[in-house]
Amino acid sequence: MLSTALRCLRPSSCTLALSRQLAHHRPHMDPSSPRPVETTIRTKLTQALAPEHLEVINESHMHAVPPGSESHFRVLVVSPQFEGLSLLQRHRLVNETLREELSTCVHALAIQAKTPQQWSSNPSLAKSPPCMGGSKHDNTMTEKLKAGRD
Amino acid sequence: MNNVLRTTARCLQSGAWHYRTAQNNGELLSVWARLMCSSAAQKNLEEMVKKDKVVVFIKGTPAQPMCGFSNAVVQILRMHGVDNYAAYNVLDDQDIRQGIKTFSNWPTIPQVYFNGEFVGGCDILLQMHQSGDLVEELQKLGIRSALLDQEKQS
Repeated sequence: MLSTALRCLRPSSCTLALSRQLAHHRPHMDPSSPRPVETTIRTKLTQALAPEHLEVINESHMHAVPPGSESHFRVLVVSPQFEGLSLLQRHRLVNETLREELSTCVHALAIQAKTPQQWSSNPSLAKSPPCMGGSKHDNTMTEKLKAGRD
Repeated sequence: MNNVLRTTARCLQSGAWHYRTAQNNGELLSVWARLMCSSAAQKNLEEMVKKDKVVVFIKGTPAQPMCGFSNAVVQILRMHGVDNYAAYNVLDDQDIRQGIKTFSNWPTIPQVYFNGEFVGGCDILLQMHQSGDLVEELQKLGIRSALLDQEKQS
């Protein structure tokens, strides 16, 4: 889609990143390659939700997309701002924070949104289910991925 | 009758407003596209989510899911013995795929509706299943979870 492609090319989603946090979660990525989308996600979630704990994991390598893609992510956000909010409200907060990325390059976002108390009583990162090749059958994916990498 | 898959009528009369190329810049196109998202299309989706107690929008079908997250939704419903629900394959219809994201104000697929109300995606359904909330929510729909019978047997 033309509008999608043009939005992906805007500078705001293409800041270069030098962070190497959680490199062990990205075994297939060259540590020196820029990860602009991951950096943006991390920055936005930090600014919006002031998390006590934050994990942003690029799971694109688990899916039917080319190596180096930044299309599928898992985020774990532990924030007191989630107190008193339902699961749906928490997830909507995260979605809203990442609205731009989700309407352009990010194709899938798995979310765990916990309060600090919930996290301390169960500090575990959920696992994503195995890919069933959906992206292979998705004729809009090629466009999204090309736009994301340009 | 297991895993009823309903085919849906096309939502829009006006055609492929997402696929038209524009002479204007990308911003104008996206604004125009949103304006063109007719109330008729949204009304159709409103009917779809209210027609059945349990409605899911997934990639693929319950018999053959095409996405791990969509498959998780199908498996959870199967585990609870929910076999009479409406499943819409968004890969078959880009209008539904985009329309439901706008309608729900939710950016991803799968999407789950109970009694016409948006529940969430795969993560939320999974957490509801793990916490036991899903059994309760199904009960409110008048659906008895198969897990209750399993507990009685053990």
